[in-house]
Amino acid sequence: MSVSTSRRGFLKGAAASAAAVLVIGVAPSGVMAAANGADTTMLNPFVKIAADGTVTAIVKHFEKGQGPATGLTTLIAEELGVSMDAIEYEFAPSNPKLYNNTAFGPIQGTGGSTAMFNSFKQYRQAGAAAREVLLQAASLAWDVPVAELKLEDGVISGGGNKAPIGEFVAAASKLTAPENPRLKDPSEFKLIGNASVRRKDTPPKINGTAKYAMDIQFDNQMVVTIKRATRKGATVISFDDSAAKPVKGFIRAATLPNKAGVAVYAENTWASLQAREALEVTWDNSAAESRSSEDVYKELMAAVNTEPEYNLTKNDQAEIAGAIEKADKVVEETFYFPLLAHAPMEPLTCTIEATDDGGVILHDGCQMPTSPHAALAQILQVPMDKVQVNTMFAGGSFGRRATPTVDYQVEAALAFVMTDRRRPVKLVWSREDDITGGYYRPAFAHKVRVGLDADGNIAGWDHRVAGQSISKGTPFEAFSVHDGVDHLSVEGVTPTSYSIPGMFAGLTDIKPATTVLWWRSVGHTHTAYVMEAMMDAVATAAGRDPVEFRLAHLAGDTPDQKRLTGVLKLAAEKGNWGKGAEGRSQGVAVHKSFGSYVAEVVEISGDAENGVKIEKVTCAVDCGIPVNPDVIKAQMEGGIGYGLGHAMRDEITLENGEVVQQNFPDYEPLRIGDIGEIETHIVLSTEAPTGVGEPGTPPSAPALANAIAAKGPRVTELPMTKAGVTFA
Amino acid sequence: MAISLKLNGQTHKVDAEPGTPLLWVIRDELKLTGTKFGCGVASCGACTVHLDGEPVRSCQTFIEDVEDAEITTIEGLKSTPAQAVQQAWTELDVVQCGYCQSGQIMSAVGLLSENAKPTLEEIDDYMDGNACRCATYQRIRSAIVRASEIMEA
Repeated sequence: MSVSTSRRGFLKGAAASAAAVLVIGVAPSGVMAAANGADTTMLNPFVKIAADGTVTAIVKHFEKGQGPATGLTTLIAEELGVSMDAIEYEFAPSNPKLYNNTAFGPIQGTGGSTAMFNSFKQYRQAGAAAREVLLQAASLAWDVPVAELKLEDGVISGGGNKAPIGEFVAAASKLTAPENPRLKDPSEFKLIGNASVRRKDTPPKINGTAKYAMDIQFDNQMVVTIKRATRKGATVISFDDSAAKPVKGFIRAATLPNKAGVAVYAENTWASLQAREALEVTWDNSAAESRSSEDVYKELMAAVNTEPEYNLTKNDQAEIAGAIEKADKVVEETFYFPLLAHAPMEPLTCTIEATDDGGVILHDGCQMPTSPHAALAQILQVPMDKVQVNTMFAGGSFGRRATPTVDYQVEAALAFVMTDRRRPVKLVWSREDDITGGYYRPAFAHKVRVGLDADGNIAGWDHRVAGQSISKGTPFEAFSVHDGVDHLSVEGVTPTSYSIPGMFAGLTDIKPATTVLWWRSVGHTHTAYVMEAMMDAVATAAGRDPVEFRLAHLAGDTPDQKRLTGVLKLAAEKGNWGKGAEGRSQGVAVHKSFGSYVAEVVEISGDAENGVKIEKVTCAVDCGIPVNPDVIKAQMEGGIGYGLGHAMRDEITLENGEVVQQNFPDYEPLRIGDIGEIETHIVLSTEAPTGVGEPGTPPSAPALANAIAAKGPRVTELPMTKAGVTFA
Repeated sequence: MAISLKLNGQTHKVDAEPGTPLLWVIRDELKLTGTKFGCGVASCGACTVHLDGEPVRSCQTFIEDVEDAEITTIEGLKSTPAQAVQQAWTELDVVQCGYCQSGQIMSAVGLLSENAKPTLEEIDDYMDGNACRCATYQRIRSAIVRASEIMEA
């Protein structure tokens, strides 16, 4: 049997029939286990081959645009020996024993730019194991030694015989897969690193047939929107739905069991939105957030101007402060980063449907199947093995679809549990729900004082960070909080890849003002900005070239420093550093995040007062073996755009606890005319692949800030428009 | 109220209240889900469809105003510019998450239908209302240029 047989959504579009299906597995440890599908519960199946030869890769990472549907499929095709046209893919069911992210431990999920990093060996092994049993089956059938056979483009040949792999699937499924199949030497790669390999998900995404969770349309479904409190922590006292009742298609309203809001059930989305608009809710605001962004700002500024709560560098801050005082020059800057919403293009949504056997199916662009799987089982009182997750395309995420609280899936479950379960419940968030709904990139402040000696060398670096921890108080605390310090608050400052003599770093947590979450590149969103703006400011104060100054502080022989040096030199060379076009200014930044190394040179025309235009961004990336060069370039382009757009003009602000911004008109996305050109260069590497979804983002905003500072102010508080920068 | 819609060459009878956005009739009544809901306030372009060949935001187009129009959604695209755009989108692998791309393509087809050889500036101006949170803009721009070449060939 195949693990897919019990899962309806899983079978949709799958070519595999009930006929012989070869399922190849790799044990969670990554060691080849067994193969014939006799007991799939103990296997980790990544490859299905139907009797007609159709190969299907089972993709354990969700596709939000970052490319795993292409990348993981490529790994299988490469080692198995089939063309990219001859292999399909489908998303894995929820099963953390089989499909866990090996970087996360026992959790199935996507994040931290780990999809390729944790799958590279596993998926190649699965493809290679499939290849070996097929060859073995052909060897037995033809009585030709395996060594004399080859499998290319889905055809096995040798000893005067030739036949497509489909002919051997039935026989191969009875064989035991090798524990350690031979993997190709990188010199043998045909698909990995091949820039002509196209995205597998392009065809359905250009003709409207790609299905996202928002596209679930069961005939008998109810659509639910939720009227939530405008202030975090407020609870429902009562509601009046008399004005909602005349809305055609309105079914009923009901207070969620946790009193966080009122669910509005309707026959369709528009009716639910209209009825929600008409609903009157009385809120208990006694425990609700009442602070404004100005209060948070003051609290952060106070925190970076006092003794930090945590000494990150475990050294004597007073001694370093003393050395800075005595230095020839002191450069001091204070930075502020606002709350930011992720605003993925597809608003949050999921659908829960009951199955005939008393279970449920969650239809979701699901980033972390393990979390909602358990949450639904608990809330709906359904055994774990009767909860299925149908992972669909996700219309972006940027971190938003992976909350430790499983927020939107829990809402859907609470709405579903208040029904008789006969009708599927589709939860829909509006854009206003999304922008005002919390789970923001936390606001952070940094204050940095750097002393320079008479020769322009760094004599001391005093760095204080303050902000709201993302992980504390969540199930993810154990992953990132050590000795009280949330690594996600300081990554990129400690550790830094720069050799900085006399560096002190401290952190102060501030109390929650709203719910916060990882946002594309997490802590690096602010730490890279501060480190790279400061390196620039210090280089300028020392009278040194910003690229040369950085290289001088990356001159050690650690792998990080060598690879950062490589991308910095490449970006500087390709971006014509120091030789920008007439009337233009350049800025540079380089940063390591999620195991990848990225440098960017931003070239602008104009200036802060009269209008800045981003003419060109030149990017160099070292992410190990480039599995799909075009996807890597696309992720750099996207990561840069995401970083720049928000730095230019976006922030979420609170006024007496309420979010001010509502929708795209006041949380303005990057638009097509904002960036002239992005050119990406990939370092040829033989290191294991690392992620590309996030690492393009961190250097982008500081590189822009440094370009602006070349002829104008050094922007230390974001967004730039609020700091007085105008954009053409 | 009962309304007759001409959509993708077919006539559909739907029952919808005046003031209902065309978007929700297309998605929830006709179950054509290629047209996307992104913002509801005509600020992102994900819901773009053609009314008599002209791109409009279906989230702010009301059902009572479209009875006499030929409506085209992504599922019904077949013009020469449409084929060129889809070919160019494929060649350049424009998409990432893909959620905005139906709207991007509907706008691009609208542009090329009225201006077969737009300048980069004209592309940026015309496509300004279509947001892409994945920031695939550079490829959108290049793909429109490429589609223009395909149309010319």
